[in-house]
Amino acid sequence: MALPLVTEECEAVIRAFSGLGGLGVDEKALVSALGKWRRQPEKRAQLRKSFVGFFTADGSFERCEDDYIRYLKNEFARFKNIMVLWAMHPWERDARWVHHVLHKPLPLDIIVEIACTRSSEELLGARKAYHALFHHSLEEDVAYHVRENYSNLLVRLVSAYRYEGNRINKEMATSEAEALYSAIKTPGVKKLVENEEVIRILTTRSKPHLRVTFKHYKEKYGKSIEEHLGDELCLRETVQCLDSPPKYFSKVINKALKDGADKNTKDALTRVIVSRADVDMKEIKEAYHQQYGAELEDVISKNTLGSYRDALLSLAGQ
Amino acid sequence: MASLKVPATVPSPSEDAEQLRKAFEGWGTNEGLIISILGHRSAAQRRAIRQAYRQSYNEELLKALDGEISGDFERAVLLWTLDPAERDAWLANEAVRKWRPENRVLIEIACARSSGELFAVRQAYHARFKRSLEEDVAAHTTGDFRKLLVPLVSAYRYEGEEINLTLAKSEARMLHEKISDKAYNHEELIRILTTRSKAQLIKTFNHYNDEFGKPVNKDLKSDPKDDFLAALRATIRCICCPERYFEKVIRLAINGLGTDENALTRVITIRAEVDLKVIAEVYQKRNSMPLERAIKGDTSGDYEAMLLALLGLEA
Repeated sequence: MALPLVTEECEAVIRAFSGLGGLGVDEKALVSALGKWRRQPEKRAQLRKSFVGFFTADGSFERCEDDYIRYLKNEFARFKNIMVLWAMHPWERDARWVHHVLHKPLPLDIIVEIACTRSSEELLGARKAYHALFHHSLEEDVAYHVRENYSNLLVRLVSAYRYEGNRINKEMATSEAEALYSAIKTPGVKKLVENEEVIRILTTRSKPHLRVTFKHYKEKYGKSIEEHLGDELCLRETVQCLDSPPKYFSKVINKALKDGADKNTKDALTRVIVSRADVDMKEIKEAYHQQYGAELEDVISKNTLGSYRDALLSLAGQ
Repeated sequence: MASLKVPATVPSPSEDAEQLRKAFEGWGTNEGLIISILGHRSAAQRRAIRQAYRQSYNEELLKALDGEISGDFERAVLLWTLDPAERDAWLANEAVRKWRPENRVLIEIACARSSGELFAVRQAYHARFKRSLEEDVAAHTTGDFRKLLVPLVSAYRYEGEEINLTLAKSEARMLHEKISDKAYNHEELIRILTTRSKAQLIKTFNHYNDEFGKPVNKDLKSDPKDDFLAALRATIRCICCPERYFEKVIRLAINGLGTDENALTRVITIRAEVDLKVIAEVYQKRNSMPLERAIKGDTSGDYEAMLLALLGLEA
């Protein structure tokens, strides 16, 4: 069967519907199609024939694929989501994100992200908001719902109230770099993510102190601690978030914009832009440029659509 | 109920500061004057006095006191004069530096305070010691104690009254299972004790007693010499019934030979503005003797006078 010829017009509408990749929906283009194709049902019929994946032939007509309807709901809602999140108090946002991933089968890296990239006061705020919204403490829910071997690490991370000053004990940083190396290189009975000393150092020391520790680690052992952590994903993410949130966030954004990214990975784009717009957007853009050789705003422009794109660019702009 | 007695009308903070300055001037020190002022001021008033003293004399009141008085009396006045959060931070730091398994101070601070108060302690700790409380506790304790104490001091428990009965039942059973297996450091046991709200825990312990016929603390007494079990029992008591817990601390501090002045000072200074009156009533009931009499019998001089002032009694 020959593939249907997709006219340029159709392709534009398909694209506007978030077909052919892209995040969000091009509302303007869709509204314009409504006008252009008035009283031309054959144009819509052609659209249905050309829009592979959204419509499939079913006997005498083309019906919508249920999966695609769900997908489309998400894409239409992307703008609504970003607006609601933007309006919400940062503490409530963080509390809701944590609660969401704890009660659905979703990856838990959001918890590490929130625990490690927020300031001590912001993390306290999220814990307060969690009390008010969910009538439990944040740490109680993390402890109860996370049953994997990194459970203890997560509970410790969300319970931290790190010292925020710049006072650092250089000898301590040095000796703790050595302790981390020793823990990584000496296989123990328990997994590294359950190692008491690793947890102690990563979950209680101040961030300035840890950055000096990581720096010393690289100087002494030739490789960054992240590289030595190999496939310990939870620990790697912890270290990345503590060491340099902008680098970490630019990675998350990059993953979200890749082809074939799943729903969660894509949703991270909204999460990062909204939560960091007022914090370190400038640094994230610099890190993105350094890592991927492109301007973040250009990449967003190319890969997103409609009001959603406009919202992202507004938040990510100067 | 607090035991502290503050006069109906109180001099201005600068007047108080001036009087205190007079108490140090010249040879000797007028301890009675120090007690009569500081021993009868609320935390807010004491803070104002410290500020007024600093402004008038360009010196910290507590530093000046340090040079003038000494011993148990000094420790009592120093601890008393600090803000509650600063006091707890100071005591926590001392406990961490001189860490011993029998030490309960960290447990008291973590469990016999509200969530907000515990967080204020963590903030005061940052300000004073330039490190976080949990970092110091983690670095100075090991093994099972670290497993228990770090989560305890990091907790920010939900403070509402809502409880989940099903959860209380299942967690009571979980506690019973781990205790019966002597798995006292099991992560489930620690999780329950260190993260659940106090209301939820009290319900859980009640259910434990109902279902298993013994209070949970009785089941944690299998080895009286085991410091970790004692720590678990202290945790539970501080959560459930702090007045009875503190009565016991005082009782052990003064009954018998000798006196543990540090423990006595600690309880009196930290509870005078909270529930020392209730603790004194519990003491009287249990020991058939008023607390004031026991203190009079076991202490003397300015130290005794300071403690009695905080108990709300005239010397």
